[in-house]
Amino acid sequence: MKRKEEAAVLSQECLAPGIYSMWLETGMGKEAAPGQFVSLYSRDGSRLLPRPISLCEIRNDRIRLVYRVAGKGTEEFSCLESGNTVEIMGPFGNGFPLKEAKEKRALLIGGGIGIPPMVEVARQIPGEKQFVMGYRDNQMFLKKELEERGPLFVATEDGSFGTKGTVLDAIRENGLLADVIFACGPLPMLRAVKDYAAAHGILAWISMEERMACGIGACLACVCGSKEVDGHSHVHNKRICKDGPVFSAEEVEF
Amino acid sequence: MNLSVEIAGVTLKNPVMTASGTFGSGEEYSEFVDLNRLGAVVTKGVANVPWPGNPTPRIAETYGGMLNAIGLQNPGIDVFVKRDIPFLKQFDTRVVVNVCGKTTEDYVEVAERLAEEPVDMLEINISCPNVKEGGIAFGQSAKAAEAITRAVKEKAKQPIIMKLSPNVTDISEMARAVEAGGADAVSLINTLTGMKIDIHRRAFALANKTGGLSGPAIKPVAVRMVYQAAQAVKIPVIGMGGILTAEDALEFILAGATAVSVGTANFRNPNTTGEIVEGIGDYMEKYKIQDIRELIGAVG
Ligand SMILES: Cc1cc2nc3c(=O)[nH]c(=O)nc-3n(C[C@H](O)[C@H](O)[C@H](O)COP(=O)(O)OP(=O)(O)OC[C@H]3O[C@@H](n4cnc5c(N)ncnc54)[C@H](O)[C@@H]3O)c2cc1C
Ligand SMILES: Cc1cc2nc3c(=O)[nH]c(=O)nc-3n(C[C@H](O)[C@H](O)[C@H](O)COP(=O)(O)O)c2cc1C
Ligand code: FES
Repeated sequence: MKRKEEAAVLSQECLAPGIYSMWLETGMGKEAAPGQFVSLYSRDGSRLLPRPISLCEIRNDRIRLVYRVAGKGTEEFSCLESGNTVEIMGPFGNGFPLKEAKEKRALLIGGGIGIPPMVEVARQIPGEKQFVMGYRDNQMFLKKELEERGPLFVATEDGSFGTKGTVLDAIRENGLLADVIFACGPLPMLRAVKDYAAAHGILAWISMEERMACGIGACLACVCGSKEVDGHSHVHNKRICKDGPVFSAEEVEF
Repeated sequence: MNLSVEIAGVTLKNPVMTASGTFGSGEEYSEFVDLNRLGAVVTKGVANVPWPGNPTPRIAETYGGMLNAIGLQNPGIDVFVKRDIPFLKQFDTRVVVNVCGKTTEDYVEVAERLAEEPVDMLEINISCPNVKEGGIAFGQSAKAAEAITRAVKEKAKQPIIMKLSPNVTDISEMARAVEAGGADAVSLINTLTGMKIDIHRRAFALANKTGGLSGPAIKPVAVRMVYQAAQAVKIPVIGMGGILTAEDALEFILAGATAVSVGTANFRNPNTTGEIVEGIGDYMEKYKIQDIRELIGAVG
């Protein structure tokens, strides 16, 4: 059941400049799936809208969120300490279709602040798996969590670690093969992944992002163009918060 | 204690409704709020045919509010009638269908399609600032507003509520115009046209450049306009604009609103409407008010 609750902050940690990790105590962990997200609310009445943050790790009684300070809301969250509470609602969205990876070679691709959701995917995915993560520089985060679960290949924009360039450069340089791709990251990366998957006949699922107001599928703020007619308005606009955030790469147009 | 109010012969169990476009058709919200507790559910604007809406970004947060330029994406009246009305009829609440269109004929067509449907009232949106044709074009001229009111009223089987735009010079004149056209009630305010600029990207925050401002930031403007409209007409007034709490709702009622709609606040707390119903009851208990109707327009 989706719900709204006051979750206790169990810990807060700075992983890299501007990147924070927060564990929250919540029963949502029991029903949440990798690739889903929660909405966080500011205490400041001047900021009304929810901040959607992906689930980075999921346990029965707690969840982990890893986020970048991007503005006032995330800055406020980064100041929360163990003993504080934060209002959250969720879990929302569909999550990655992990069963598609059964008996297949999976490639998990994350770029920047799209890396966190791939950690729980890495933990739960069945079968053979390899990870390719793109960072700006050698201020890397969540590297250990990923390495514990499979072979990790890194690309950095400035070449200070791993392959210099993008995640696609790292895939080519290391000759990585896959039957199925799960990816989350900035739009240019997702576009490149979509093209790469299409060119190589690989099934790919990507996690999309858009400004949200309700977070539950009612306001139609967060749509993206879709090939199929959507279930809500019967046009070609799927709701990222409800029909997504994970879509088949072929399905969405962006 | 009586919380029920009446609009055009339709009794609402309490004066709390949802604001069109912020609550879908209630399905998504029904997981968080008991729809049976609401005076009415007002659905997202529906047109004669599906509309795809505007490009994204469609919303932007602003201080104490938000801008939206959804562009009235909707599935069209056929899907709405088949899917959304039956869903809402499972609940013991009034159903108000918000109607949008590009031409007078579009509006009339939707009203006619709804004639035999089990809905309680129609809310006619002549005030959407986010579509190029129709919408606000009807809502910014008293003559056009009166004419479209008359055209819809002639064909509608249910009472019609005309939804007014605050983007006008004289709200009293607009309220009087739709009353003259035969409106059974007026609702206001729709959103105030606004703009936000991202100084880092040196770009508009919304793909549509402009959007409608809603939320607590607009409440004082809304209360003033509801007061003026209530002074200007005899038909019931439905007040909205920035209501977050029961106290906010009571301001509108004291200003002259028979009922209130809650919009943007649903995004902050999906059970806002339920909590407002409760809060109004608490206020009446505290001040020993037997009947909510004693409070309507009781300011001054
Ligand atoms: C499904 C989904 C999952 C996400 N997961 C993560 C995550 O795991 N880690 C992480 O660091 N970030 C994530 N984001 C982005 C995160 O929501 C924004 O960085 C955050 O909302 C910024 O809030 P702010 O108040 O700090 O910034 P401000 O710029 O002050 O925010 C102003 C408004 O814009 C919205 N906004 C700003 N940037 C974004 C954005 N990129 N996407 C959506 N809305 C935005 C805010 O929610 C707020 O309503 C995710 C976004 C989506 C849609
Ligand atoms: C996302 C969004 C969508 C809206 N869609 C509609 C609509 O379809 N029809 C309509 O008449 N008003 C629409 N409105 C206006 C609201 O119903 C309401 O008049 C306005 O937001 C002011 O109330 P609030 O401050 O409580 O939100 C919309 C508002 C928002 C924020
Ligand atoms: S945020 Fe409202 S529909 Fe997705």
